[in-house]
Parts: sequence; structure tokens; C-alpha cells
Amino acid sequence: MSDTGSVSADVQSTEHDDRRDLTLSGVLTVQTLARLHPRLDDLTAKRTHIDLSGVERLDTAGAWAIAKMQQRMSDAGYSTEIRGADPSHADLLKTVSAALPDIPDRKTAPQTWTDRLEHVGRGVAAGGVFAMELCGYLGLFLARLGRSAIHPRDFRLTALVHHCQEVGLRAVPIVALMAFLIGVVLAFQGSAQLRQFGAEVFVVDLIAISILRELGILLTAIIVAGRTASAFTAAIGSMKMREEIDAMRTLGIDPAMALFVPRILALLLMLPILGLIANITGLLGGAIMSWIELGISPAMFRTRLIEGTDISHVMVGMVKAPVFALIIGVVGCHAGMKVGSNAESLGRMTSAAVVTAIFAVIVADALFSVFFAQMGV
Amino acid sequence: MEREAIISVRGLRNQFGDNVVHDDLDLDVWRGEVLGVVGGSGTGKSVLLRSIVGLLRPSAGQIRMFGIDALAADEETRIAIDSRNGVMFQDGALFSSLTVRENVEVPLRMIPDLTPDLRHALADLKISMAGLPWIAGDNYPSELSGGMRKRAGLARALALDPEIVFLDEPTAGLDPIGASDFDTLIRGLSQQLGLTVFLVTHDLDTLHATCDRIAVLAEKRVLVTGTMSEMLDVDHPWVHEYFHGPRARAATDAKDRTG
Repeated sequence: MSDTGSVSADVQSTEHDDRRDLTLSGVLTVQTLARLHPRLDDLTAKRTHIDLSGVERLDTAGAWAIAKMQQRMSDAGYSTEIRGADPSHADLLKTVSAALPDIPDRKTAPQTWTDRLEHVGRGVAAGGVFAMELCGYLGLFLARLGRSAIHPRDFRLTALVHHCQEVGLRAVPIVALMAFLIGVVLAFQGSAQLRQFGAEVFVVDLIAISILRELGILLTAIIVAGRTASAFTAAIGSMKMREEIDAMRTLGIDPAMALFVPRILALLLMLPILGLIANITGLLGGAIMSWIELGISPAMFRTRLIEGTDISHVMVGMVKAPVFALIIGVVGCHAGMKVGSNAESLGRMTSAAVVTAIFAVIVADALFSVFFAQMGV
Repeated sequence: MEREAIISVRGLRNQFGDNVVHDDLDLDVWRGEVLGVVGGSGTGKSVLLRSIVGLLRPSAGQIRMFGIDALAADEETRIAIDSRNGVMFQDGALFSSLTVRENVEVPLRMIPDLTPDLRHALADLKISMAGLPWIAGDNYPSELSGGMRKRAGLARALALDPEIVFLDEPTAGLDPIGASDFDTLIRGLSQQLGLTVFLVTHDLDTLHATCDRIAVLAEKRVLVTGTMSEMLDVDHPWVHEYFHGPRARAATDAKDRTG
């Protein structure tokens, strides 16, 4: 079979007045099909005698080419006759002819403007449905949280603690490192600019306000969205894929109570703490860099920080944390429940969850900025 | 009938940690036959299949396919051997991101200078030969039922007209009508295409309906091989239980009734 180079199919055709004698010989297999098929396809429809006595090997691909030609001839009203075929080859031809699928011509209509408009419309409608579903999941979470307040026995404390560890404790190193480096970068960049005006000391205000108000919590939320939204989707999605969610329902366990409440609640509790850690390490990084780069001593940094920075900046930052937590948790759980029965959808939903969560967090942050600006906070 | 051993396994040993699955296992598969491999759970039927098709390297022993030592073969020879094999996995193992037709086209892509149109047409033919409606070619595997997935898996295994087809539990999880259709399909294809079929199964009806010969795996080796009627006379307790149990009797009765 591997002797691809030497195999060849030979087609010889002799035209008579009322018929054609076609002699096929050699190896008629999938290896030679690319040469065989065009030559058979070129033959005009005519009564044909096909001599197969010289065929060394025939496989389904070769048989397909012959059967296809026979079909074409008979469609045009001419008969064909097979001669001298080996019994096994004749059998194979019969099988292939019988299996020849009757496929109507597929025509793909060119895309028109209406089609494109329809695509846009469907996209918008799907976006609306998606937003509605997220609201539905948020409502479901709040309802189940309310129920667990009334029936504390339904609440899964162990699961909550476990998820607090996964979501919160395990994220501390990466969040702390990220915030520290952001503080360093701000001090470094800020000092370079402010030095031109001789206003180096304002670097403290720059670091404090940008980290406390915006960057600390926003970057923490983005990291957590990447880490946790994907983890939620993967965990819930793989349970969905293996019908474990359906099994829970038949056992009388509410998946929302068992899966969503501990996860989202853990996020709700942990994200403010992570934000606080990010704030502290960010200021620490800024302080160290200011000391090295500008010679602002830690004591001076502290004084300047307390004098120049209002507590409201911290509040503005921290108040966003629970909102971000809800967004990340709801998006992650929703995407998990959207996973279908195949592994491909699990991968697709996991990446979709991360993208959606990060995007939604940034949109929410922008809305907060507009809100606080309008309120003058 | 000439008896050419298309696969010959000698002294095969498979071991996972301390767990010895096969020890000194010998097996011959003759060209053109349908061999059914049976055995209790955990006797290493699938492990045997995986060792022969080269997915698993045995700890010791020799496997010759088409007269070539498959374990000593270099990469190129191994690829040549693989192209003469077709494997249908238990759940079809179709690529989930491709449609059924694209799945069947995957092995056809290895053939140089085959135009996309020809590939397309051949894939449609294989799908139809495997007993699927041609329209199923446009579906993704996740949209098909279990039985249809198995047929699609068979269509892919048959894409290059292999000489040997390995089928892992082809009828498991199918309804009796679907399973018996599948038996007929396998039997028919093996006769028309001159296929050698290596069939791992638990299904006694399949054994009755399709297999020329049966190999029983037990005690870490191939205990006996022979035709169905020879199996009925074997004394070994497990084999006796297997072929004389209530389900076996039902299958035999059914076979007798239908002739």
C-alpha cells in the first residue's frame, strides 16, 4: 500500500459507432483516484462496455469513480455493462453503487444586505437575552441567599469556607505582588514627571489617590475575574457536562443553593479584603520607590498621606468591591450553566466567562467614575 | 481458505505498576476473518487492542502486523502500518469541532493530490456506507445520538479502506434494533471489502451474528480461541459460565430461531 509512486491506473477507450469499449487496468484505489476520476469524468455519455479484467486492485474509492460514471451514463439514458470483473470486485461495485448517496445540489445563496441586517438584529437580541439572564442569575442568588437567612440549615458553611480559601487566601500572593509593582511604577513615572515642576512631594498624592480610588480595586477585580470566573465556569461547567447538575436536581438538591451561593458569597466576602491588601501593598511599593528615587522618607510619606488624602478616596474604592464581586461571580456561574454536553463548549464558555467578567468590571468602574464625578465625591 | 496471520502477537506482557494485565499472551488473527475478543471486566481487552494499534507500548513481547515487527518498526514504517488500520473507539472519538463529514475527511487529507471535491464525495460515500443518511454529514458529533456517533466513527475508520478494522465495543449502549443493524453492517462490510475485523465486545448477540472466531481473555492470556460451537464445549468455569449463562442461552436460542 505504501508503494504510492509505482501504482498507476490505466484507462483505454475505443469508440465504436453505437458503443464504447472502456478498458480499466492497474490499481484503482484512493491513491490513484485523483488521476482516474477526471479521465472517467471526461467521457461523454454513451453505451459503454467496461472491461475490468486487468484491474489488479480496487477499493471503494475506485469503485466509487466507476459507479459514479455508470450513474451519469444511466441518467443520460445509456446502459453500461461490466465485463471480466473479479467476483470480489463485482461485489464491491455493487455495494458501492447501492450506497451511492443521492445528494441534491447544495446551493449557498449569496449573503444579501437583509441577511447581514438579520445577523446584527440577532446579535443585539442575543445580547439583550444575555443581560436578562445575568439579571436572572443575580436575582436567583439573592433569593437563595435570603432563603438561607431564613433556613440556616440549608446553608453550606463548609463549602463557603472552602471557596473563601480558594478565592481569597490563594489569591493573596498574586494580588499583593501586582499591587506592589503598580505602586512602584506609579512612583517611578510620577516622580519623573513631577520633578520637572519641582513638585516631587505630590507624588504621594498621586500614588495614594490613584491606588486607593481606582487602581487597587480595579486591578484586583481584573485578576480575580481571570482567576475565579474561569474556575467557577470550569467547575460548574464540567458538572453540567457530566449531568451531575441534573443528578443533583433529581436528588432534591438545589444547584443554585449548593453551587452558586457559596461561590458568589465567598467572592463577595473576599474581594473587599483582597482590595484592601492591594491598597496596602500598593502604598508600600509606592513608598519604597519614593524613598529610593526621590528621597521621601517613610515618615514623610506617612505624614503627607494622612494630610493630603481624604478617607473618602478609600471609601470610593472599597464601595466598588462588592459590585465587582457580584459581577464576577454571576458571570462565572452563568457561563458554567451554559456549558453544553461537549468538551469544546466548556473551553469556549470558560474563555467567554473571563472576557465577559473583565469587560463588565471595567464598564462598571467607568459608570462608578461618572457617578462619583456627578455626585462630587 | 489460506490462513495468513495478519496480526500475530507472541509473549505479550502488559503491566501497570504491580498490576500485570497480560502475561505471555499469544494471539493470531487470520486475514479476512471477524475475530471477537471477549473477557470479563478488567481482563485487558481494551489494553490488548491499544497495544496492537500502537497506542500503548507493551512491557515485553512481540507484535507482528502484515508480517512486519510493529514494535521494532521505525516511525515511517509505523505510519505505513497505521494507514492500513482503522480504529473505531467506543464512543466514536470524533473530533468535536469538526462536522461528521470533516471527520471522515481527516484521514483522506493524507492522500496527496486528492481535490476537496473528491474528498467531499468520498466522505459522503463512506457516511452512506456506514448507514447514516448523507444529511448527517453536516452535523456536529454532539448533535448525533450514540448510535449515529458510532456509525460516524466507523465511517472515519473505513475512510482509507483499511485492511484491518479494530472495533471497541461497537454495540455497547445501542438499542437491540440498532445493535443488530450494526452487526449486519459489520458482517456485510467485512465480506464485501475483505476486511479483517478485530472486535472487542460483551454482546453475545454480536458474537453470534458476526464473528468467525472468538478469543477468550482470562488469566492474563488468551485462554482459548475457536468458533462459537467450539466455545460451548470449553470446560473452563468462566468460559462455561459466559457461554452457558442465561443471557448466552437467550442469544443461542435467538440464533437457532432465525437460523
